[in-house]
Amino acid sequence: MALRHKPLTVKLAVTALAMFGFGFALVPLYDVFCDLTGLNGKTAATAASAEAAMIDTSRQVVIEFVARPNKQMPWVFKPEVSRMTVHPGEIHIMNYLAENPTGRMIVGQAVPSVSPGQAALYFHKIECFCFTQQQLAGGKNMLMPLQFYVDPALPSQFSTITLSYTLYDVTNAWQDSSAVSTQPGE
Amino acid sequence: MSAVVTDHEHDHEHHDHKPSGIKRWLYTTNHKDIGTMYLVFALIMFFIGGAMAMVIRAELFQPGMQFVEPNFFNQMTTVHGLIMVFGAVMPAFTGLANWMIPMMIGAPDMALPRMNNWSFWILPFAFLILLMSLFMPGGGPSFGWTFYAPLSTTYSSDSTALFVFSVHIMGISSIMGAINVIVTIFNLRAPGMTWMKMPLFVWTWLITAFLLIMVMPVLAGVVTMVLTDKYFGTSFFDAAGGGDPVLFQHIFWFFGHPEVYIMILPAFGIVSAIVPTFARKPLFGYASMVYATSSIALLSFLVWAHHMFTTGMPVAGALFFMYCTMLIAVPTGVKVFNWVATMWRGAMTFEVPMMFALAFIVLFTIGGFSGLMLAITPADFQYHDTYFVVAHFHYVLVTGAVFSIIAAAYYWLPKWTGHMYDEKLGQWHFWCSLISVNLLFFPMHFVGLAGMPRRIPDYALQFADFNAFISIGGFLFGASQLIFVWVLVKCARGGEKATAQVWEGAEGLEWQVPSPAPYHTFDTPPVIK
Ligand code: HEM
Ligand SMILES: [Cu+2]
Repeated sequence: MALRHKPLTVKLAVTALAMFGFGFALVPLYDVFCDLTGLNGKTAATAASAEAAMIDTSRQVVIEFVARPNKQMPWVFKPEVSRMTVHPGEIHIMNYLAENPTGRMIVGQAVPSVSPGQAALYFHKIECFCFTQQQLAGGKNMLMPLQFYVDPALPSQFSTITLSYTLYDVTNAWQDSSAVSTQPGE
Repeated sequence: MSAVVTDHEHDHEHHDHKPSGIKRWLYTTNHKDIGTMYLVFALIMFFIGGAMAMVIRAELFQPGMQFVEPNFFNQMTTVHGLIMVFGAVMPAFTGLANWMIPMMIGAPDMALPRMNNWSFWILPFAFLILLMSLFMPGGGPSFGWTFYAPLSTTYSSDSTALFVFSVHIMGISSIMGAINVIVTIFNLRAPGMTWMKMPLFVWTWLITAFLLIMVMPVLAGVVTMVLTDKYFGTSFFDAAGGGDPVLFQHIFWFFGHPEVYIMILPAFGIVSAIVPTFARKPLFGYASMVYATSSIALLSFLVWAHHMFTTGMPVAGALFFMYCTMLIAVPTGVKVFNWVATMWRGAMTFEVPMMFALAFIVLFTIGGFSGLMLAITPADFQYHDTYFVVAHFHYVLVTGAVFSIIAAAYYWLPKWTGHMYDEKLGQWHFWCSLISVNLLFFPMHFVGLAGMPRRIPDYALQFADFNAFISIGGFLFGASQLIFVWVLVKCARGGEKATAQVWEGAEGLEWQVPSPAPYHTFDTPPVIK
């Protein structure tokens, strides 16, 4: 390479490498952006404080509960009721039924998503089975509780919030990294 | 601009020592040889990708399943797209850049000739790998050229690794090509060839090369993430592991939208070269063309999510991407205006390159209009993933990018071969292509508006007549391109001798060297007044 072309060539090659890195940097950037804005419907991965704000009895919000096991997940997984009407600020408990019809122990991880996405920032979970992985021996069933409230600051255009859980079979990952619980929603 | 072609150049022809046979092509570092190889490669890929389009149209000729399995149909749409984008259009532009940029700026060759050889020769292997994957058990890639996760991760065939590696190689090839173009233009311009004297083809390619360097690595990154998600247990795009499939679309389209401009900016340069020649007037608004091209390139980084309106974006986001997208129509409009103004009161003649350039201006603008319709967020909910989108991007890519490449081939063919092409055959090629391409793509607007989804091997009965019609257009368009091959072969073999200037109204350094252009040009830089 002629010497005089070298500086520019190197600069361009470094730019290309930097852009390769930028592609990967988009992954954490996206998560930060979504955490700040709640745009992709992901709810907080950790518990909200239990001191709810004032209860706003002047309006009601319908919460719809959707739950489904992922295709590879053999559990039966459903909410006790499919909808509930709440006042913003009120703390409620909702139980999900899980049943493992197979003959072996399976570890499940539920991943929540709120729709419309912008409402995700206003849906607070005080206690949730989705914060940790759940083990269930073959043939057993259990109730998994969710304790939540809706933020009174929820903008008024939202009258219905859908909370959907997809349950994944993470037995293999659990065995590999035994007992290191991963955080959902990261 | 003018240059003195000294006797020096002619002396050089005597010691054009180059190895003969296959070795000449394997080892060559000559920009003209490499340009030729890129162009021939692109033509071969155009026909392979075209054959796949014929399979698609044969299957869609009638509703119901006729010839191929749905999985194979999906492989055809996927590989057709990949080959046309990365194998035909992009290498063809790189070939034109190799041939023409050094001659247009008065440089003896590309700045990095050895890298040039590499960037071409890895390309055939990329496509060999891609095509071979079709014969693997489970088939080749079937997730669309956009390879959305989880289609390309959870649900893809075992051969996906081959797809990923072939995209890596294509990416490396085009990044090296782009670096070469930039270094050549920065460092090897002849004395007096100032920035604002550069032909527009050089300008548009310079900006394209910057786009390539910015976004091809992002493509390489996203295919790598697909690879590790599929084979190594990462969860970039897998909700079960905390990832997000929508993130895939953001990264892909961050690359994808600038990519569509990579495929059209050089076309703008070609049309800006051809129209003044055949209108016998200098280009109207040269400086505004340069600024318009730059602003299109900058804006192209701010509009990617117009491909994702239906993923559930907040209103503010949708509005932002909608307005930015519409803003791009302004510099694009400036360009169309300038071409029309160049022709205004010009002494026009209508040789084949001009015909293709004129068709480009009209039909590309139709594609721009359907793009504007798609940019209207609420309307896009209706149009998204229908044949309306297919109609849009084929107007901008086939009657846009591909027509410009064909126009360029006719325009510079006499310079490359030293012979005039057969004008009559060329006109046949033009008219057959023009009519068939519209039979092929125009009705797609209507079936799309009526709701026919894209990438599906079967369709509802009410679309049957239109689809039969579209398929016939498709077969005719495919057949018309055989005339092109005939013209090319005939012109390479012989024909009326071309003069140095070739076209009466042609201006620029490339028209001051003899036709065919000698193996080495501008070993001593020309003087530009
Ligand atoms: C005025 C200029 C343009 C506008 C406003 C525009 C707008 C759009 C929009 C909104 C879409 C998304 C449609 C959907 O999926 O629902 C789209 C798709 C597309 N456009 Fe354009 N576009 C323009 C020019 C171009 C050009 C110049 C090219 C390429 C040369 C191009 C190539 C494509 C391609 C390939 C797709 C489809 C990608 C896919 O989903 O496979 N567009 N365009
Ligand atoms: Cu776009």
